[in-house]
Amino acid sequence: MIAELGHLSVIIAFMVAIVQSVIPMIGASKGYVGWMDAARPAAIIQFLAIFFAFIMLTVSFIISDFSVKLVASNSHSLKPMLYKVSGVWGNHEGSMLLWILILAFYGALVAVFGNRLPIILKARVLSVQAMIGVAFIAFLLFTSNPFERLSFPPFDGKDLNPLLQDPGLAFHPPFLYFGYVGLSMTFSFAIAALIQGSVDAAWARWVRPWALLAWITLTIGIALGSWWAYYELGWGGWWFWDPVENASFMPWLIAVALLHSAIVVEKREALKSWTVLLAILGFSFSLIGTFIVRSGVITSVHAFANDPERGVFILLILIIAIGGGLTLYAFRASSLRSGAIFSPVSREGGLILNNLLLVVSTIVVFVGTIWPLVAELVLGRKLSVGAPFFEIAFTPFMVILAISLPLGAILPWKRAQIKRAGSPLIGALSLSLALGLLIWSLQTGGRILAPIGLALSAWVILGTLTDLIVRCRMLENGFFAGIRRLIKLTRADWGKAFAHIGLGLTIFGISAITAWETEDIRVAKIGETFEMSGYTFIFDDVTKVNGKNYSSDMGTISAYEGKKLVAKLKPEKRFYPVQRMPTTEAGINSTFKRDLYVALGDFQNDGWTIRTYVKPFAVWIWIGCLVMAFGGLMSMTDRRLRFASTNKIRRKI
Amino acid sequence: MFRVAFFIIFICSTAWAVEPDEVLSNVEYEARARAISKDLRCLVCRNENIDSSNAGIAKDLRILVRERIQKGDSNDQVIDFIIDRYGEYVLLNPKISFENLILWLSGPFFLIICGIIGWRYTRQRNKESPKSLNEKEKKRLDEILND
Repeated sequence: MIAELGHLSVIIAFMVAIVQSVIPMIGASKGYVGWMDAARPAAIIQFLAIFFAFIMLTVSFIISDFSVKLVASNSHSLKPMLYKVSGVWGNHEGSMLLWILILAFYGALVAVFGNRLPIILKARVLSVQAMIGVAFIAFLLFTSNPFERLSFPPFDGKDLNPLLQDPGLAFHPPFLYFGYVGLSMTFSFAIAALIQGSVDAAWARWVRPWALLAWITLTIGIALGSWWAYYELGWGGWWFWDPVENASFMPWLIAVALLHSAIVVEKREALKSWTVLLAILGFSFSLIGTFIVRSGVITSVHAFANDPERGVFILLILIIAIGGGLTLYAFRASSLRSGAIFSPVSREGGLILNNLLLVVSTIVVFVGTIWPLVAELVLGRKLSVGAPFFEIAFTPFMVILAISLPLGAILPWKRAQIKRAGSPLIGALSLSLALGLLIWSLQTGGRILAPIGLALSAWVILGTLTDLIVRCRMLENGFFAGIRRLIKLTRADWGKAFAHIGLGLTIFGISAITAWETEDIRVAKIGETFEMSGYTFIFDDVTKVNGKNYSSDMGTISAYEGKKLVAKLKPEKRFYPVQRMPTTEAGINSTFKRDLYVALGDFQNDGWTIRTYVKPFAVWIWIGCLVMAFGGLMSMTDRRLRFASTNKIRRKI
Repeated sequence: MFRVAFFIIFICSTAWAVEPDEVLSNVEYEARARAISKDLRCLVCRNENIDSSNAGIAKDLRILVRERIQKGDSNDQVIDFIIDRYGEYVLLNPKISFENLILWLSGPFFLIICGIIGWRYTRQRNKESPKSLNEKEKKRLDEILND
């Protein structure tokens, strides 16, 4: 009964979404206020219906109703409650329902909080949002029904893939989806703007919070996934350039570009049509990502050809959304005239360079991701494109981006002289270069990457701090007056500083771990002592531990720095009997200075295989991501972006 | 749940990569073997190099790489030897060939094209002489000044 209620609820949402996608759109073009007003209740009802369906599915998982096919194949009665719940989206059907839930949630947010939006724009935005909703609900109902029943329910379920039974991965998909789907909001705004044929500063202000929200959640989602890979896969890799990772990384890059170009629209009324194009591209990459992952096309062209139903459906959605969006853009973009004048050397120019680098690097990731597919289909060659390619082809763009960041950020709007605007940065520049040289001379035979990466991160961080000091005129007005000004800076300014510093920290973590990681692989007997990078490790023992749905060998390894015990590391080797699958849980001790990372392997010849890593400054990779996300949050809560303050602008439309 | 699909196939990676018994005593040889291994893919895994994969075939390949090095092959010879047997599919970093030019040149190509467009856009923008304000703009200016 519960599953059927959920199913019915999705069907109701489908009907409502159809109404919501048609009525307000007609109302907006004919000027029927009543029709436009229908968008608001429709969006709310659509969300409530999907939410109800989602709850019904969750209940089915919680009570382990194995007559529901999805529960039977992804859950188990012994599984801990957290993973029963996260199992809801740990599979194709459930994750699509989550996708739709978040889509409807965004629509409802606009309906409820978008009171200050012009009624026509709001009607069109909600209508476009509902069109996306119709497409994906249809996909769910016709190809991936999560509520399907089994005629012969099994005695117990098949359990969730043990790799996914992990707190980091339990929350990774919701964050990621908030990001992906958040870009649907900016897409809807872009399409609505194209239909009405005008974009102005007010539009940019309305779009920015959605772009920011999408970007923040994408950042956190990607960071969670990377952190999970780091501790779960047993050797501390944190980024693999896998197609599914690229699928989330491409929308992220475009979202960054969009955030920056929306600033230019807002402050200078320039780059309008470009910003609209980015909004369309951002969601296009979300859809491409969904297609890549959901159709299985990247794993194997043949797998796709054998079971094409889902893939073809998503491909169709993708073609209609991207093709439709771009066609509309081609016809209407010329009506988006920008008036502002600026010189190439200016803040606007800097932001254009930022956009250029981000978009081109996205293209590199995109081409690299789909190249094996193209090569197989067109050239008949089976080849691979992996991490070594992306490291060479992608990194240079990020290096240029980091080099140009502090300068671009400090330039004044409209027209600038590099010499005058850039002179405060000389201190930061020389300090970072000195740091790079120092590291280069200190490390003997190390990789050249360390000095370059560290100099870059110092340049980004110091440059951003310099920008703050210049902004508050600390040097002219004295320290305390400067501090007072600093406190009064807008949240958007603080957000900018935090986001840029976060980027610098992440660059720092990546460079340090890549250049200075040390590794030790050995077969160790209980009681054996070994040394590595200034630490002494003692292999104390291995004990049998039983979890709720797994059994585990848990090792204990004491790490000493000199004579001082700094950590008891507890790496585990787990076995999940239901899925007959082993997993590793690394034993990690993190400080700001380094991670000690130990993974336990098989027992062989009276000893255990043990791999030990000392990973310097590893944790900064993720701290940097959090700082970036925090910057986004500050920016989002800026007064200008609050709906209440858009009163004055409203008159203009 | 984008990683789900990823790791259902990623099963290969649950535990072991290079194992202690494979490691060569010659430090320089071992370092070369590790470097080569990072550019070769495990044939049964998804997007994983043989250095970090624990699949059987990855182990075989690691041992093969080490054997060739000990026989005195250069890095390129080792890689060619493996490509001969397993095809270019094993390379994580595709060789630069005529067909692969698109892959390698798309970044620089788009950088140049977009760079030119961006540059011309800003230049053109800069040259446009500011015309006198029209009615709408005057109104907007008043609004801004009265804010």
